Amino acid sequence: MSDASAQPEVHHLAPPTGFIRKHVFSLDHKVIGLQYYGLALAAVFIGMVLSWLFRIHLGWATAAIPGLQLFSPNGAPGGLITPEYYLSLLTMHGTIMVFFVLTNAPFAGFGNYFLPIQIGAEDMAFPRFNMMSFWTTFAAFLVMMAAFFVHDGPPISGWTAYATLSSIGKDAGPGEAMGQNLWAVSIALFCIGQLLGSLNFIATTLDLRTKGMTLSRMPISTWAWFITACIGLLAFADLLPACILLILDRTAGTSFFNPAGMVVSDNLQPHSGGSPLLWQHLFWFFGHPEVYIAIIPAFGIVAHILPTFMRKPLLGGMRVLIGCLIAAGFLSYMVWGHHMFVSGMNPYSAILFSVPTLIITIPFTVSTLIFLGSIYGANLRFTSASLFSLGFISVFISGGISGFFLAQPSLDTYLHATYFVVAHFHFVMAVAAIFGIFAGTYFWMPKMIGRMMNEGLGKLHFWLTFIGVYCIFMPMHYLGLAGNVRRYSAFTDNYLIPLIPVHKFITIAALLTGAAQFIFFYNLIHTRWWGVQAPDNPWDATTLEWSTTSPPPFDNFGGRHLVVRQDPYEYSVEGAATDFIMQTATDTIAKH
Amino acid sequence: MSTTTYTQTAGTRARVASPAVTAVKGTPSQTGVWVAVSAIAMSFAALTSALIVREGAGADWHRFVLPRILYLDTIILIASSFTLELSRKRFAAAANPSATASGSASGASTARRSDGLYWLNMTLTLGLLFVVGQVLAWRSLVSQGVFLATGPSSSFFYVLTAMHGLHLLGGVLGLIYVGSRLRRNARNAQNSLGTAAVYWHFMDLLWVYLLMVIAIRM
Repeated sequence: MSDASAQPEVHHLAPPTGFIRKHVFSLDHKVIGLQYYGLALAAVFIGMVLSWLFRIHLGWATAAIPGLQLFSPNGAPGGLITPEYYLSLLTMHGTIMVFFVLTNAPFAGFGNYFLPIQIGAEDMAFPRFNMMSFWTTFAAFLVMMAAFFVHDGPPISGWTAYATLSSIGKDAGPGEAMGQNLWAVSIALFCIGQLLGSLNFIATTLDLRTKGMTLSRMPISTWAWFITACIGLLAFADLLPACILLILDRTAGTSFFNPAGMVVSDNLQPHSGGSPLLWQHLFWFFGHPEVYIAIIPAFGIVAHILPTFMRKPLLGGMRVLIGCLIAAGFLSYMVWGHHMFVSGMNPYSAILFSVPTLIITIPFTVSTLIFLGSIYGANLRFTSASLFSLGFISVFISGGISGFFLAQPSLDTYLHATYFVVAHFHFVMAVAAIFGIFAGTYFWMPKMIGRMMNEGLGKLHFWLTFIGVYCIFMPMHYLGLAGNVRRYSAFTDNYLIPLIPVHKFITIAALLTGAAQFIFFYNLIHTRWWGVQAPDNPWDATTLEWSTTSPPPFDNFGGRHLVVRQDPYEYSVEGAATDFIMQTATDTIAKH
Repeated sequence: MSTTTYTQTAGTRARVASPAVTAVKGTPSQTGVWVAVSAIAMSFAALTSALIVREGAGADWHRFVLPRILYLDTIILIASSFTLELSRKRFAAAANPSATASGSASGASTARRSDGLYWLNMTLTLGLLFVVGQVLAWRSLVSQGVFLATGPSSSFFYVLTAMHGLHLLGGVLGLIYVGSRLRRNARNAQNSLGTAAVYWHFMDLLWVYLLMVIAIRM
């Protein structure tokens, strides 16, 4: 079918005039993208404050946090965090950050805004599904937040919600009654939202590309969102039934995950023969791809931004990098067992999971080498966006290297339950993806809100954050090697007491780095209302989002139907009038 | 399609001609339904593997007698796939009046369309009958004293049939929507019927698969 039959799906949508249709229940992918981004901003702020609270507790276990008792009289009597409340804070920090920040911002946020524009489409393939996707996610967020306000507080089972702690109900501890129910319902809703989103991303990429936009001419960021959508489609389709089984175990008396004969809190649990490991399998079959759902869009964003500021394409063209991302996505489904090396696994199975885990380092190593090799000899322009892109490469390598150690069952057995793992996944997934979000924000915000962000503040924000995250997470490797267990609320054992000063250092670094984020918040808000008007193409970039106004009109290109004639990153082409050639330019370039 | 491989050798990239090309694309709804079908297949694959793991995990896996009505339901659902195809054929023939031999092309076209709607309604009826049959199967199990929480096999039975039933009801809603488009003679309504048919046949296939799993394991 030609796009003539595809366009009626989106063409009949006239620009909305009412406030509700324009800003709330909008069908416009740009508004939905901003809504996702805004939700991620709110979520990241909450997640950050939670981490401050438990970091303070880890450094100064007997210190009361004034006012916290007002928020949770049971969890923090007199402002002093109880061990259970520490776990609640930890659980909510992880859940909020992984789902509502790292999945929402780089994938659903930027992806919604820029995927249709970068392929020259007027909107997503299914605008109504798109709207439902956001509002389902928003409902999921509200349900998750409600856990703070129920009687016994949020769940204590971690963002991974391991059964049986998560599956037996109130006897398992505070937060395991209504709090955990809300968690499971929220994540199930989140899955539905992401499935609708992934469906849209895939259909849009495949069917709504404008004339001349072949797959090989798609920007690498669009490729990354497309690959992520494919990963997410299968991953969330696995987590959704897992959540349903968990809800049934908790509320309907089934025994999917609950074994027989458990006595918890002096009560014999009325279950038979279930398998706690089953939850871990279902969860990590989602969980490992989820890591890539967070990181691959960030990879795409960085690979999209770097050529613009290097003024040359990436080494080896796009195909190698795209191949690496596809390979990583594919392999991500074969390695879930490496999260379960210490869960009681046959050693032979451990080897089966260890080998693909080591193999998966190859595409990522190649990707980072492409970045580094491309930067070599480039005439790099230092902007906030390019600095955060470089920072992404740095933290991704730092976090990736510790992955080599954890991929080996014998080493992981020692390191798994320690801060070494905390350091690893925060660097490689959390901080790296956040740097991708920041890079994308500084790069695209001129397009999204039509105003330039303050570069001076952006660079200050970068350096404080960059130094800060290394101060927070580097020492955690040392703590882990020293045997410092994670998920403990206080360190009272003799061998742990000498490590407490390191925790104090980390806490101070976390507070300062968190404070530095207010520079970003300020910059964002200031730009929104008082920033300098952004030109259409402030960075002399080539892809389609820079062929339209800042911000783009309702139909993205003001009624124009673009024809794409160029590859996405034609920088510094010999003989060209400028050092960049737009994708729509009619110049012809010879390919050797 | 263009093959735009380039080797950036020492910055030598001169300017020569290269034609603009059009990408080959499908309709979003056709793509979308296949994407949705893969996601649903993944969900049921996850549930099936969970079933196998759970069966091996404890000594509490008890078989129970499957209600006979399940087999009747299966026949009903398979029949509904055939009636849907009949409906599609009628609408396809109605859309191509030149292929008809009879003199009054538009009259034949209208007759085919009403025929098509008849078979579409038949499909809907069979689909709803299937759901009613599934509910009867549940009632039969309940009368045997087999509930959701009775044992792991019954838990999986209810979860699998309920999830399939919900997805099938989604298909019923989809067919009702497509039917209203066909009645209005909306643009691309026939494509929508094709899209809905992919989903409907998949629901059919999925049920046959689930029945096999259930019959073998329970």
